Amino acid sequence: MADRKNASPVTFGFGRRDFLRGAAALPLLAGLPKMASAEDTVELLVWAWTPDTAVQAEMFMKKFPNIKIKIENQGGGKPHYDKLRNAIQAGSGLPDVAQMEFNSIPSFRALQALADMGPYGANDVKDKFIDWTWAAGSDGDAVYSIPWDSGPMGSIYRDDIYAANGLTPAKTWDEFAESAMKLAKDKPGTYLTNFVGASDAGWLGSQLWQIGARPFHVNGEEIHIEINSQKAKDLLNYWQKLVDAKAVDTTPGWTTEWFAGMDEGKYATWIAAAWSPIVMQQSMKKSFGLWRAAPMPMWEAGKNVTSNWGGSTFSAFTTSQHLAEATQFAVFMGSDPEAARLWNTKQFLFPVLKELAADADLMGNAFEFYGNQPVNQVFAESLSQVDPTFEFAPFQDYADQILTDALAKAIGGAGTMADALDGVQDAVVTYAQDQGFTVV
Amino acid sequence: MTERALRAQPRNRVIVSKTVAPYLFLAPFMLLFAAFLIVPLIYAFDISLYKKAMVGGVKFVGADNYVKAFTDPKFWEGVGVLFKFAFLQIPVMIGTALVFALILDSGVVWAKSFFRVSFFIPYAVPAVIATLIWSYLYGPAYGPIGQTARSLGFEAPDFVSAKWILASIANIAQWEYMGYNMIIYFAALQAIPTDLEEASVVDGASAFAYATRIKLPMIVPTIIVTVVFSIIGSLQLFTEPFLIQNMARSIINSNYTPNYYAYTLTFVGQQPNYAAAISFLLGGVIAIVSYAFMLLANRRIDR
Repeated sequence: MADRKNASPVTFGFGRRDFLRGAAALPLLAGLPKMASAEDTVELLVWAWTPDTAVQAEMFMKKFPNIKIKIENQGGGKPHYDKLRNAIQAGSGLPDVAQMEFNSIPSFRALQALADMGPYGANDVKDKFIDWTWAAGSDGDAVYSIPWDSGPMGSIYRDDIYAANGLTPAKTWDEFAESAMKLAKDKPGTYLTNFVGASDAGWLGSQLWQIGARPFHVNGEEIHIEINSQKAKDLLNYWQKLVDAKAVDTTPGWTTEWFAGMDEGKYATWIAAAWSPIVMQQSMKKSFGLWRAAPMPMWEAGKNVTSNWGGSTFSAFTTSQHLAEATQFAVFMGSDPEAARLWNTKQFLFPVLKELAADADLMGNAFEFYGNQPVNQVFAESLSQVDPTFEFAPFQDYADQILTDALAKAIGGAGTMADALDGVQDAVVTYAQDQGFTVV
Repeated sequence: MTERALRAQPRNRVIVSKTVAPYLFLAPFMLLFAAFLIVPLIYAFDISLYKKAMVGGVKFVGADNYVKAFTDPKFWEGVGVLFKFAFLQIPVMIGTALVFALILDSGVVWAKSFFRVSFFIPYAVPAVIATLIWSYLYGPAYGPIGQTARSLGFEAPDFVSAKWILASIANIAQWEYMGYNMIIYFAALQAIPTDLEEASVVDGASAFAYATRIKLPMIVPTIIVTVVFSIIGSLQLFTEPFLIQNMARSIINSNYTPNYYAYTLTFVGQQPNYAAAISFLLGGVIAIVSYAFMLLANRRIDR
């Protein structure tokens, strides 16, 4: 809670006094209920973890001076969701709006916590968004979240290490395995990558997504669960072979050891999402500028199927007293082209707007982190190849926890990861039934 | 002064009868005790009798959660880990705390209060900070210990391997709580009348014999109390494994200790009802173990 103190929005160069008062009278969206007049200011509390969200909030407040945005950062990922659930459980303390990753939407919908922004005009911007990103947070005309950024996958690699060892970015996973074996043999102590699948379920989800495994299919109160599918086992057997051969390392992801490993050149590749440099550039000073991006390896040569990892949306909560304003904010954050452009070029957030994904100028933007490579092209291509049929469970966090517990144990030497999936399947089915779902 | 004389004193303040007065003095404590212990306990017990499902809502299930908890292998695995932890950590901690307390008390130490405070300072460091400090020190590749070992040509010790992780966590607890126990022992030792020492010197006892034969037996009741506290603390272990999990993901799972399990059930699994039952069961286990220890210790003393 110490964050609260520091959570006041950063003022960005321009004073709020300079705002064009006239702009306040113009509603952004046609069909919106009459907005609060400029005299009575509405304050919205927003929980978001992306660094400098306040900059964009300032842009919003400039346009809508009658809405004051207060940003609080509760920490990214698990702490954020734990606190949200806690507030839902307690029945108080929820923000008006919160950042919400694509894979968390179903579980918060299951808690009946997300407000339908459809009646407040959210559907007016529907067509601006890349179809699957919009579909992930809506149900017919009901809109539970408005996409903000996406996480198309790519291969983020160290140009210097690849060049010194005669490697090129692998086009297929077979090639990737060969390179991993070769590098481990040629240069002991350096690995092509570090397998984080046993510690980072979100990442593993992106890999299951790409290979074609579909662990969940939800239909109202019915749920189909197939965590131990053959495709999932194929994926884990692939990595098991590399782990057993010590061709890849298995340091848990998101630890100091792991970040340092990438910065120091112990790991040459991270198969990761477009947004990954946000976290990389914070802790990787030595390797800044040495990274490049290439398409992620494919399971079948010539058949380009990619996946998405993370990326987030904005959701409003049913407890909010200002749903109209909350919708306005979420719509602005997701669909304002200027804001999205700024976020992409400054913060590596990859756009979810059709207009921006096709914008030649933005796609050609050179990033210093990538040695001035215009990486947006790589990720835009990946985004167009995402298979949109992947679904998350309404209890995704719990399934992820069981999954990582089991896989980590297998990595530790108790059996194989593919075999561990059977136990996870049983545990998750039992849990789903216990939660009242009909498992089909 | 007799009681009658007392009553005869002129009173110009609010008069409170003798039967009510003690309760007034107790009120602040009782109020806080009720607000932060009794009420939450009742609340937790109440929710432990229900079950809330994502589909179907809340229903009364009676003792179902307790039956389930009692036969839950994940709970008992956690209890097993903590028994191992307690057997490993408590004797070492109590032993070192006693040794340091005796040394400080013996008067042979120079800058006594400096050492007393330095040993105690880790207790003032929050467990979260302590764990973060130690997990940095334990870091196999980039921790200072690993780096020093490698620069000297040794292999870096793997503090977070399956074999050592429990000892590594125990070491954090040792660092945090040794000083606390030492201060308690030191205070007990200071309370021993000095004429006993004079008598033992007259009888020709060495300082060592005086420490082990006279001082130690005299503070046994204090030791028993601290051991009970340590048992309770050990069985509630949460912060250290929770924060160090990422370094040893294959060993520390989300039900590594019972409290960790309750945390996972509540905040990840959306099962606060079941977690409440788990917590009560853990409370039962702690009560039984503490009581068993006290029974055992008292029997020894009686002999």
